[in-house]
Amino acid sequence: MPATAVAEAGPAPAAPPKTPPKTPPSFGTLALRWYRLNQGRLRATAIGIASLIAFLLVWHLLTTYRVVFFVRFTNVPSPLAVYASFTKAIHDPKFLMHILLSCRRIFIGFSLAAIVGVPLGLIMGRFKLVHEIIFPVAEVLRPIPAIAWVPMAIMLWPTNEQSIVFITFLGSFFPILVNTLHGMSLVDPVLVRAAQCLGARERSIFREVYFPASLPHIFTGLTVGMGVAWVSLIAAEMISGQYGIGYFTWEAYSLVQYADIALGMIAIGVLGLGSSLLIRGAGQLVMPWRST
Amino acid sequence: MSEMLANPSKGHIEVRNFSLSYDSIEGPVQAVTDTQIHVKPGEFVSIVGPSGCGKSTLLNAVAGFLKPTTGIVTVDGERVNGPSAERGMVFQQYSLFPWKTVRENVEFGLKMRGMPRSQRERAARTLLGLAGLEAFEKHYPDKLSGGMKQRVGIVRALATGPKVLLLDEPFGALDAQTRVIMQQILTNMWQRLKISVLFVTHDIDEAIFLSDRVYCMTARPGSIKAEIPIPLERPRQQSMMMSSEFLALRRGLMSLIREESLKAMGGEITDMGMQGLNIELHGHSLADVI
Ligand SMILES: Nc1ncnc2c1ncn2[C@@H]1O[C@H](COP(=O)(O)OP(=O)(O)OP(=O)(O)O)[C@@H](O)[C@H]1O
Ligand SMILES: [Mg+2]
Repeated sequence: MPATAVAEAGPAPAAPPKTPPKTPPSFGTLALRWYRLNQGRLRATAIGIASLIAFLLVWHLLTTYRVVFFVRFTNVPSPLAVYASFTKAIHDPKFLMHILLSCRRIFIGFSLAAIVGVPLGLIMGRFKLVHEIIFPVAEVLRPIPAIAWVPMAIMLWPTNEQSIVFITFLGSFFPILVNTLHGMSLVDPVLVRAAQCLGARERSIFREVYFPASLPHIFTGLTVGMGVAWVSLIAAEMISGQYGIGYFTWEAYSLVQYADIALGMIAIGVLGLGSSLLIRGAGQLVMPWRST
Repeated sequence: MSEMLANPSKGHIEVRNFSLSYDSIEGPVQAVTDTQIHVKPGEFVSIVGPSGCGKSTLLNAVAGFLKPTTGIVTVDGERVNGPSAERGMVFQQYSLFPWKTVRENVEFGLKMRGMPRSQRERAARTLLGLAGLEAFEKHYPDKLSGGMKQRVGIVRALATGPKVLLLDEPFGALDAQTRVIMQQILTNMWQRLKISVLFVTHDIDEAIFLSDRVYCMTARPGSIKAEIPIPLERPRQQSMMMSSEFLALRRGLMSLIREESLKAMGGEITDMGMQGLNIELHGHSLADVI
């Protein structure tokens, strides 16, 4: 047998060729290189900031001149008015409590939806019989918007708080379930075979193949579910709540505090954005093979 | 490594009276019929044949993914019924787990066997070193070239020390140069591990260059048309591919396959008259150009 490199590369390989010691690049070259690498991102950030400023400016102009052109800006608060009520609100424990309560409802409802929806989707995707039993019911219930459940939820649950959490749960449950199922249906059968002829049994195949292979779709489901959770929560709070940022916004309308309406809306937007960023971050942590 | 070399005389594949048909709407599709093949311990055997003749079907039955409709598949006298780590498999589509690093992929079989983490890490590193991949152990598969992915695929299949290695057109998606390197690597590993190999390929040169014996299959429903021993001495060099012995084997296999491929394409093509084609190509007719 010839002493080929592949066959004979023993435990003591030749020392790898060392790169000759280089003088470290100057700060200028580093900065230039960094700029070149991040040019696209810098550009996007710059344009993004400019466009936000433009939005604020248009808003400011429309409200200071009280433009009426099909839509009426007569009563719409200006950005400055909203800012003023924001500075007031952050020192107001009541406002903070509204936000905290909404977050708690989202946290409980969404977590329950994920804890039930993901495993259920995985099991339905793996076991035909479970799929055949549960899928029809899910398909019938799925098109009903969570808001349509409000009266039913109030009847079902003893407290208002529970029914609102239930609505939030329902809103996020179906997107999570459906996307998990979808992910399971797309698992590459060749990978399952590869695992099988490496000695993997049912349990390991589930844990080592089906689950990680479905993770990208599970996270799509979680992201969509989080969005719908907020939609459902706000609607439920506006209809039947006593606290919460949705209730705050609606109450502001009733009390003719127009600046607070916009403040509530912006708070909802920021909370929604923050929670979807959290999920994206979790996704990157859990799926390191997909980042960069 | 010693564990892998423990049973050099094992890995005898025997396929007898084998046929397999798939169920479809139009009734059963006979994919493979009346087939007998065997691979002796430590032997390198290839299967060639026209597209769709049932090579993958046969290989998947040996792997245990498909049940024979009639006949029996045994390895060392034991009937195959279901996939197992005793029969390693390498797929054309690479089939590495994208969520595992190169090393974790290689470790997978050992992990399934319950080997403790530190031990299997060490084993995986050794194996990756043999395939020249130690620098990539922490990479995820989608960062690798096709050739590297397939090297990992082979190493992963060998890590558990299987009795036989089954490969289904493993180099089909690689470019010509990478292919040659991969053939060399596979030969090296096979010789070191003294493992039986059943290798499916489209490429006649590849089959001759690698094998001790080549089975040529008929068009669908596939059966064995011919069994060709390859008496070329080992170790084989790239230069042998120009030898008259190699070329004679090549000519023989080529004409066998051509016959079957024409049959597979429907027969009429055999007398596809060029006179009917009058396409102008730079002033020549297509028939002239060909
Ligand atoms: N699941 C299936 N259902 C019905 N027919 C099938 C199925 N799988 C394969 N076949 C048919 O069986 C025959 C053999 O298929 P197989 O994949 O084994 O051929 P092959 O020789 O590996 O072809 P290729 O060279 O293209 O890989 C083909 O004609 C194919 O159409
Ligand atoms: Mg095939």
